[in-house]
Amino acid sequence: MKVRAFTSALAVSCGLLLGGPALAADVVIGDLDDFSGLYADVGGNGGVEAIKMAISDFGGTVLGRKVSVLTADHQNKPDIGASKFREWADQNGLNVLLGGSNTGVNIAMAKVAGAKKVPIFHIGPGGASLTNEDCTAYSVHYVYDTTALANGTATAIVAEGGKTWFYLTADYAFGTQLQAAASKVVEEHGGKNVGAVRVPLSAADFSSFLLQAQGSGAQVLGLANAGEDFTNSLKAANEFGITKKMKPAALLAFITNIHSLGLQTAQGLYLTTGFYWDLNDQTRAFAKRYFAKMQKMPTMDQAGFYSATLTYLKAVKAAGTTDSDKVMAELKKTKINDMFAKDGYIRADGVMIHDMYVMRVKSPQESKYAWDYYKLVKQMPGEEAFGPITGLCPLAPKK
Amino acid sequence: MRATPFLYAAAAVFLLCVPLIGIYPVFMMKLLCFAMFACAYNLLLGFCGMLSFGHAAFFGSAAYITAWLAATRGFGPGVAILGGVAVAAVLGLLIGAIAIRRRGIYFAMITLALAQLVYFVCLEAPFTGGENGLQSVPRGSLLGLLPLRNDLVMYYFVLAVFIAVFAFIRRIVHSPFGQVLKAIRENEARATSLGYEVNRYKLVAFVLSATLSGLAGSLKALVLSFATLSDVLQANSGEVILMTLVGGTGTFAGPVVGATLIVTLQEYLSEIVGGWVTVIIGGVFIVCVLLFRRGIVGELATLRLRGRRAAPAADGSR
Amino acid sequence: MRPPPGGGRQLTHARPVTEIFGIPVSVIFGQLMLGLVNGSFYAMLSLGLAVIFGMMRIVNFAHGAFYALGAFGALFGLEWLGINYWVALVVSPLLVGLLGVVLERLLLRHIHGLDPLYGLLMTFGLALVIEGTLHQFFGASGRSYPVPAALEGVVNLGFMILPLYRAWVIVASLAVCFGTWWVIERTRLGATLRAATENAPLVQAFGVNVPLLVVATYGGGVALAALAGVLSAPVILVNSQMGSSVVIVVFAVVVIGGMGSILGSIISGLLLGVVEGFTKVIYPEASNIVVFVIMALVLMVRPAGLFGKE
Repeated sequence: MKVRAFTSALAVSCGLLLGGPALAADVVIGDLDDFSGLYADVGGNGGVEAIKMAISDFGGTVLGRKVSVLTADHQNKPDIGASKFREWADQNGLNVLLGGSNTGVNIAMAKVAGAKKVPIFHIGPGGASLTNEDCTAYSVHYVYDTTALANGTATAIVAEGGKTWFYLTADYAFGTQLQAAASKVVEEHGGKNVGAVRVPLSAADFSSFLLQAQGSGAQVLGLANAGEDFTNSLKAANEFGITKKMKPAALLAFITNIHSLGLQTAQGLYLTTGFYWDLNDQTRAFAKRYFAKMQKMPTMDQAGFYSATLTYLKAVKAAGTTDSDKVMAELKKTKINDMFAKDGYIRADGVMIHDMYVMRVKSPQESKYAWDYYKLVKQMPGEEAFGPITGLCPLAPKK
Repeated sequence: MRATPFLYAAAAVFLLCVPLIGIYPVFMMKLLCFAMFACAYNLLLGFCGMLSFGHAAFFGSAAYITAWLAATRGFGPGVAILGGVAVAAVLGLLIGAIAIRRRGIYFAMITLALAQLVYFVCLEAPFTGGENGLQSVPRGSLLGLLPLRNDLVMYYFVLAVFIAVFAFIRRIVHSPFGQVLKAIRENEARATSLGYEVNRYKLVAFVLSATLSGLAGSLKALVLSFATLSDVLQANSGEVILMTLVGGTGTFAGPVVGATLIVTLQEYLSEIVGGWVTVIIGGVFIVCVLLFRRGIVGELATLRLRGRRAAPAADGSR
Repeated sequence: MRPPPGGGRQLTHARPVTEIFGIPVSVIFGQLMLGLVNGSFYAMLSLGLAVIFGMMRIVNFAHGAFYALGAFGALFGLEWLGINYWVALVVSPLLVGLLGVVLERLLLRHIHGLDPLYGLLMTFGLALVIEGTLHQFFGASGRSYPVPAALEGVVNLGFMILPLYRAWVIVASLAVCFGTWWVIERTRLGATLRAATENAPLVQAFGVNVPLLVVATYGGGVALAALAGVLSAPVILVNSQMGSSVVIVVFAVVVIGGMGSILGSIISGLLLGVVEGFTKVIYPEASNIVVFVIMALVLMVRPAGLFGKE
């Protein structure tokens, strides 16, 4: 009995191994994202929904071919992301991949994109290396990167008088990158970095580190961390009354984080985002439709999934083919105009240049309706936010 | 037992033909690496009765060292693999020396805690690339002769190593040394009273297991061309236990069967069930412990043994 | 561009205050308090582990998952039923304890008497199932639980500003820990419990229902984890993974204290919280691993742990 059950299980898994329907006739969009881990709320199922909305808005077909979607959970494991991508490219006629959160997984997938010549849109990851050391001719970094986040938040705060900074830095590459990017901006604008404390990833308690921050006497508390680390550290800062004396500045925060924390805790926080649902009529219209399906407002990543899908389909239509090189050429010469980006464009190194928004989180009194969380501090032009070409990507030599 | 050589031959033929019948060589290589990892783990759990909850430390650190040597130091795959394996062996010696001071669950908890230490080092050490890991590791060519860049060549190389490791483990278990290990597993006090230096035997077994786990990790780093945090994660330690348990602890083929099943499920299950993968894996753990502790291969062997004893058992299960 | 390492500490040096090893005394007291807060959680969790282990010889890997369940119980009591913090403090551990009882009857009972390793493996599976299910239903983002109105605000201790809630955590957990210790070591029920641990068949022969005692112990140990979960809910964001990293630290704490020892687990829990707190000031990068390093050192000197007998 057990043996038979096992045999059939094995047969099923072997069937999956060898089979897979041939979808060559369709235009296939793949979405590899974290559906089960700590980034699942930022992209995840919401991202898939956004892709489907974009396809249906586009009409469901392009060049007379049906547009279909493949999704899988990369479980934050680079090997699963890369091998899934490779398999889709070889067996399922994948035309474009949208890569969800996790820079490490996306670097691994970018290598596959280069080898298989399949365009990849990095939607969720922040690592700037994706368009520098790890860039490929088929990479597009669509929503945000660490440079843009640090530029946005740090510039705005220094301009408002927050001159001295102390950082609470997650002790790993991403945290270091965020801190370095912000420190540079602070100094360039005449501010001063008075110190930093490197906090181990996923620390259970931040109060010790925060007391050190308070001891520094700096005006601004730079939170160079993300996800749970970010929310837990801000919550503790609030509890110890530190946010009353220091301005908290998030170097990476999503609207879902703010929703988790609640305005009582998050009020006064500065952050930079590539999208906010309540910016204008177009974003509100999109957000309303999205909300009807997901009961949440879209994050900048989820809005990015929508826009990237639309952008790709438009490029395919204009190029008249799904040939990767021709589509990439089309992508890099066309302006992107939709609810996500205004006159956005994809630079030679693959960065999608679009405006970023520096926001201040409203107080509970300022918030007038559900999800009314942000007040716009500064709309930062794309060139300023994403900075000049570094020259690290061979495709885009430094001018 | 008569059927065993036939089964091995069939498996060998199948593995040799894999690239010809259109199964992904890369997927098969990954599978072989995990099967090797599970076999190495089984050497400790199945044949010495020591449950380590920290084997990802050896697998992962060897992967990191190999990746680092090959990617940033420019060494060839031979040196890179040797380096990774050596570090895993030294780490095995250090962790083993501390952990074997206690037995059973204490041993498990100590290995778990020490592996967590290794995880934090990998996360925060300057050379590991933090959460992004070390990527774009070149496979190079072995001794300047075998171009491992070619998937096919790499596949046969990994297969050869796998078969060697498998045979090596069989050899050890059947050697006098292996018999002493079994004696320790069955009754440690008696082994001591017979005059065996129990702790020395246990340490050697631990280091051997760690070294072979490291070899699996090194190969994996070259196969997939990266080493990342998921290799050293506690979940990885849990998965190798699950592979061994599902397949059958203390059997030779068990870990291979278990690894095949778990790696395939991980790769393909998420498309069907989405985020429920973790829950399902947890469920498999519970079911295994509750209903078939002998694992697939173990249960099959028992069934066959019973069948041979002729008695037409009304119910195959216990 | 790399930031100057430890820049923050240099600044504290500039102030003319009393120092010990280059650290101002006020900072030392501050970190001591914060360490005690964290140590309180460790103590409660390791106490539950020690109680369960003492009675059942099971290392409860699912302890972190029950800790998370306790916090979720409080959160949903508030969101769905409007149950306030004080009620949740009682109800949530009770419910989670009840779940523990059910799981003991359904699953753990069947592996009683087998190698303890199977208990470790089964509870590991249980942890994956519980945490995975919570994750599927409530997502990855943590949820905020408000500090109860009576405990809002801060107390100025002179050397630091301590949020009232954290002070409450120390008081509550010390009361619970030593209460449990008293029940086990000083009452008749506790004596029966300890006797059953030593020789179950004999105690059974005296007419004591040992299986009931076992299931009650598991329920009680799990309830302690859940109580720690409720206590921590207002301090951190409630999420499905909140217990998975803590449980490994607590394992180390229990190994350091000596598995069998109730008092040992409480004291080493508090102690390690404090040690971890100081590491955060002296060498923050190592604060996640200091407990494991201490564990390795203790094992080399005293393999049975600080308070263990063997």
